[in-house]
Formats: sequence, structure tokens, C-alpha cells
Amino acid sequence: MVLWDAAEKKVIASVWAKVDIEADGFQALLRTLHVYPWTKRYFSHFGAMSTLKDIESNPKVRAHGRKVMAAVGDAISHMDNIKGHLSQLSQLHSDKLHVDPANFELLGNNIVIVLAAKFGADAFTPEVQATFQKLVAVISSALTREYH
Amino acid sequence: MVHWDATEKQTITSFWGKVDLAADGEHSLQRLLYVYPWCRRYFHKFGDLSTISAIRKNSHVRAHGHKVLSALGDCVPHLGDIKGHLAQLSKLHCETLHVDPANFCLLGQIITIVLASRFGAAFTPEVQACFEKLVGVTAAGLSSQYH
Repeated sequence: MVLWDAAEKKVIASVWAKVDIEADGFQALLRTLHVYPWTKRYFSHFGAMSTLKDIESNPKVRAHGRKVMAAVGDAISHMDNIKGHLSQLSQLHSDKLHVDPANFELLGNNIVIVLAAKFGADAFTPEVQATFQKLVAVISSALTREYH
Repeated sequence: MVHWDATEKQTITSFWGKVDLAADGEHSLQRLLYVYPWCRRYFHKFGDLSTISAIRKNSHVRAHGHKVLSALGDCVPHLGDIKGHLAQLSKLHCETLHVDPANFCLLGQIITIVLASRFGAAFTPEVQACFEKLVGVTAAGLSSQYH
């Protein structure tokens, strides 16, 4: 079971309150698709994504980025049992979506990069960074948990 | 051999011109030591690294951060043969420093985050992609002489 101290919970709540689920989620997903192009394979039904311009103007990317970021927000609401909370989503990613779980870390890294760029070095301190890196690692691990 | 197209070379060169080797290097090493605490094992001779405050005040961290980021910067004029350029440094990290090469990827990731936090929206997806390619190639170059 993952333990979160009071300081970590406070950091996450305070940063998350300023996150724009749609804009930041879109940025995280588009960067994942652009920087790690093999991930486009999972979204062939989204249509044109061969260039960065295509990805940026693709409404399905925007909608899905929002969905993913909203799911991160839901995980935050269940911080004391992220593993249990994400168990169904983990099964889905394994049994239906067939996503290589290594990609969860790549998306998690991009969420951290997007937040770092948004908040800047003064607000995105080493302590805030460490807390968010822990969060995305816990979420990746939980999403991988039901793989078989 | 790693290929860089003209746009990538231009993006990297122009972006690197705005990096502050001392400040960004210091912040990168600080964050590496804080977020991945096992890395402190390599720097016992730096003294107290037990808390983020201690890491922030540590002058060895500042100096070494500058040194590491400068070394990354030295790769930029050698984009066509980073592996050859880093051969000696790779041997040093393997044979003398005994650094687990997985840590090169971690430091690359941290440097990416620090630069994102400093440049904000100017750290565009195109810049990010070129920069992650640079740190990936550098990490591979540093691992290439391991045996």
C-alpha cells in the first residue's frame, strides 16, 4: 500500500486545483504522440496524426487528452487506494486495448513535463516534482497491476 | 550512427544557446539527487546531501551540475558522432566511477523537466522531441563502452 504524507497530499491538491484538465491533458497526450511516435499505433481510429500539425488540430486527441487527465484527477480523489481504484481500467488496458504498459511511464513523464512548463521552476520545486513523479509512478504501476 | 536532419540540428543549436549551464546544471543535479535518492551514493565525497536544504546549499552540487551540463553541451557540436565523442567519458563512468548506466536516462529526464520549467511554452513539442533525442543519444553514448 502506498503511503502519502500530509505534505505530499497538500502539494498534489494545491497543484491539481490549478490544472486545466482539457488544455494540460491535450498537451500531455500530443507530446506523447509526437515524441514517442509508436504510441500513435494505439489511436489509428483518430484519423490524421502523421505530423505535429495534424496531431495539434485533431479533435479526438484533444478529447482523449481530457479523458486521460480526468482519470488522473479521479485517481487523486482515491489516493489511498489508487491500485484498487484503477483495477478495472488496468484490466481494460490489458485485455481490450492491449497497451504495452511501458507507455504509461512515457505519458506520466509528459504530464510532469507539461506541469513543469506550466508552473515554472519557482512553483514546480524539487519537492513538487518529486511528489508528482511519485504520483505518476503509482498510477503507472496500478494500471499495470492486472496485466497477465 | 544517429542521423539528425537540418531542422533538428537548428532546433538543438538555437535552443542550447539559451541554456544557463551553471543554474540549469545545478538545478538538474539537485533534483536528480532529491527525486532519485540512490544517486547520492555516487557523491559521498560531496558531504551532506541528506535533505533538500542540504542539497541546495551544497557547493559541490553546484559545481558538478555545471560540469555535467557543460559536458552535455559539448555534445552539441558533435551531433554527428556523439558516441565517438563520449567514448572516453563512457570508459571513465564504467571503469572508474562504476555508475549504473540506467542513471544516465534518469538525469536526461530530469534535465528535460528543468528546461521545461524554465522555458515554459517555448519548450514546444518540437523542441522537446529534439531534446529528448539528444539526451537519449547521450545516454546511449555514455553506456557504449560499458563491459
